[in-house]
Amino acid sequence: MIKKEMIAMLLAGGQGSRLGVLTSKLAKPAVAFGGKYKIIDFPLSNCINSGIDTVGVLTQYRPLRLNQHIGIGIPWDLDRNMGGVTVLPPYEKSTNSQWYTGTANAIFQNLEYIEYYNPEYVLILSGDHIYKMDYEVMLDFHKSMDADITLATYEVPMEEASRFGVVITDENGVIQEFEEKPEKPRSNKASMGIYIFKWSVLKEALQALKDVPSCDFGKHVIPHCHERGSKVVAYDFRGYWKDVGTLGSYWESNMELVDLVPEFNLYEEFWKIYTKSEILPPQYIDQEGTVRESIIGEGTEVYGEVSHSVIGAGVTIGKGAVVRDSIIMNGTVIGDGAVINKSIIAEDVQIGKNVELGVGEEAPNEKAPHIYSFGLVTIGENSVIPDNVKVGKNTAIFGPTEAEEYPDGLLKSGSSLIKVGDLA
Amino acid sequence: MRAIGVILAGGNSNRMGELSAKRAVAAMPVMGSYRAIDFSLSNMTNSRIQKVAVITQYNSRSLNEHLNSSKWWDFGRKQGGLYVFTPTITSTNSYWYQGTADALYQNISFLKDSHEPYVVVASGDGVYKLDYNKVLEEHIKKGADITVVVRKMDPSEDDISRFGIVKCNEEMQIVDFEEKPLVASSSTASIGVYVIRRRQLIELLEACAKEGRTDFVRDILIRYKGVKKIFAYKMDSYWRNIGTIDSYYRTNMDFLKKDIRDYFFREHPDVYSKVDDLPPAKYNGGAVVNNSLIASGCIVEGTVENSVLFKKVYVGNNCVIRNSIILNDVHIGDNSVIENCIVESRDTLRAGTVHKADPGQIKVVVEKNFRYTL
Repeated sequence: MIKKEMIAMLLAGGQGSRLGVLTSKLAKPAVAFGGKYKIIDFPLSNCINSGIDTVGVLTQYRPLRLNQHIGIGIPWDLDRNMGGVTVLPPYEKSTNSQWYTGTANAIFQNLEYIEYYNPEYVLILSGDHIYKMDYEVMLDFHKSMDADITLATYEVPMEEASRFGVVITDENGVIQEFEEKPEKPRSNKASMGIYIFKWSVLKEALQALKDVPSCDFGKHVIPHCHERGSKVVAYDFRGYWKDVGTLGSYWESNMELVDLVPEFNLYEEFWKIYTKSEILPPQYIDQEGTVRESIIGEGTEVYGEVSHSVIGAGVTIGKGAVVRDSIIMNGTVIGDGAVINKSIIAEDVQIGKNVELGVGEEAPNEKAPHIYSFGLVTIGENSVIPDNVKVGKNTAIFGPTEAEEYPDGLLKSGSSLIKVGDLA
Repeated sequence: MRAIGVILAGGNSNRMGELSAKRAVAAMPVMGSYRAIDFSLSNMTNSRIQKVAVITQYNSRSLNEHLNSSKWWDFGRKQGGLYVFTPTITSTNSYWYQGTADALYQNISFLKDSHEPYVVVASGDGVYKLDYNKVLEEHIKKGADITVVVRKMDPSEDDISRFGIVKCNEEMQIVDFEEKPLVASSSTASIGVYVIRRRQLIELLEACAKEGRTDFVRDILIRYKGVKKIFAYKMDSYWRNIGTIDSYYRTNMDFLKKDIRDYFFREHPDVYSKVDDLPPAKYNGGAVVNNSLIASGCIVEGTVENSVLFKKVYVGNNCVIRNSIILNDVHIGDNSVIENCIVESRDTLRAGTVHKADPGQIKVVVEKNFRYTL
């Protein structure tokens, strides 16, 4: 008989639209992070390091890259005879076929998957945070509190608490009240979107709420259980936890990795982060190349100057090129003599010779000021930037571009040049 | 599938000095993130050979560790797989492998139980890319009994007298074969890769064993050269054997050249290795790195020039590493100076350590100190 103590359900279907062109062709969990990883590597590695060997990954928005990355789970040791990783996309039914309309709805549509493994507990995770966490410790806490639901919380600065769902607990950590993005928060314990449910409690709630449109954990399931008298407790997580939902926070948390002793340390012996890596050879730093305060992935060749940057695998930095305060993902080529300032450049981009990125004064982005800000230049995957052009700040480029598209050889600060993808 | 593979990885080389104390040559780390045997294993899998035996004997712990899963080379299939054979005591035999032919003979059941018509025999200490199928095609076309892969060696690359030297006629049939001659009569040498029909190999091995003969080169290739049709297949791409300290050092340093790196790492097919899941290399404030290969997991705070840093090396503040090879997981304390050295894996060098050697006399550094952790 199949019996798992706890299985994980990883919500990886979201677009993450505030990452702009980075997620216009792939889901946010598939976005690169820290030189060689993808965001989903963190929860997946946490699972296997916590002894959870059965993980359902719920996908919906542009799943190709995620599917390719996850495969049968070999990099995380999640290729199992019993359990392992299973990608769960929405599917057609004889009546009411529908997409995943909310976080809880996605789980509801996969009750059979959970049922098959016959678990005691179900762990709900989201695929868009950078952190290391032992879910087994959280489970121990859940058991010791004899809780029906345990919700991981993180203490955020009081002034930021209004951006989160916060909880108000009694002295034992039992949750008394919830407030979703309150104007005047009464607590700074923010929900991290990580839940452990008693399977029986979750199943009952999902079935009871099955007709609620866009059924969501934070908005519907947890309040429903709370009202019905379930014991909901807060598990106070301390450690590094970062939501990388905006280009600014994404850039910042990458840059934190290059600190002398980073707060989020990838170099620790235990709690390794696993990823699918196809590129194995060492990186090469040329006679003329220099690197300082940076992390650099496998197989990259540096003929120019790199400082305070996070460079992926298989990248080429041309002769005389200067890269500062930037994130460059796998396979990108930076042409000779190019100057890259404070940019995020996705996979397999070609930057021409003597290109200058991040020049001039800041100006708010004309089309999407809430996305392209922080003074960054953001370039989507497989883009081409022709030789000798200059690009200002708060700009976005996506697709193969040509010199004619840069008036006087310049893309002004605040402009966008988006030629492919849904936003074109 | 037309062929099975056998990789002879049992050998020790006393010309590897201290480096061979803890591992067989085939398990020697090379090019920052590989082991020597990865090249032959990758050639096998890239030639779509699915069933491969690795025959080991000398200090195989390190090699076994590397081969603990066969999935990195895409073996581990229902059809085929990766087999590691160490000597075993049987009811009829309680000796170690006495030689290459004996090593094959003691595992003759592997050959007998296979159904593929051909066998590709390779050694585990060569750094090269080769499509064994091309050798096999040539072997079949010529109607050969044995095909030996040969390469014209450049005396400036390596000491020719440590190879098997062959002489061929115009049809590429081998007419003369000398093993490690004092004076080499030709610069064409065997690279230790053979293609042979499986039944033919079984027959030859059984005949050898009956007479108490044990060496594949001496007792089969040389002894049968007039009797059997032994042909040479010429390869002219990059090939190095890493069996001496000098050649090991030079082969690693070759990878500082762009054309060689591109040939191995950026051209099809790829070379595979066990994945270690180390974070990207990190360069802190004081890092000055020139013309060097740096593997993943390294943290560099000092100067590194014309060197190869293997995985997880730490180079402290103010250090100067020059013309050196630092093997896996070495910790080099602040203010150290290393020149023209090979530093053995898992060494811990205290702050202020100085090891300088002459360029022609590469020094192997083995230093076991207690590693202070932060």
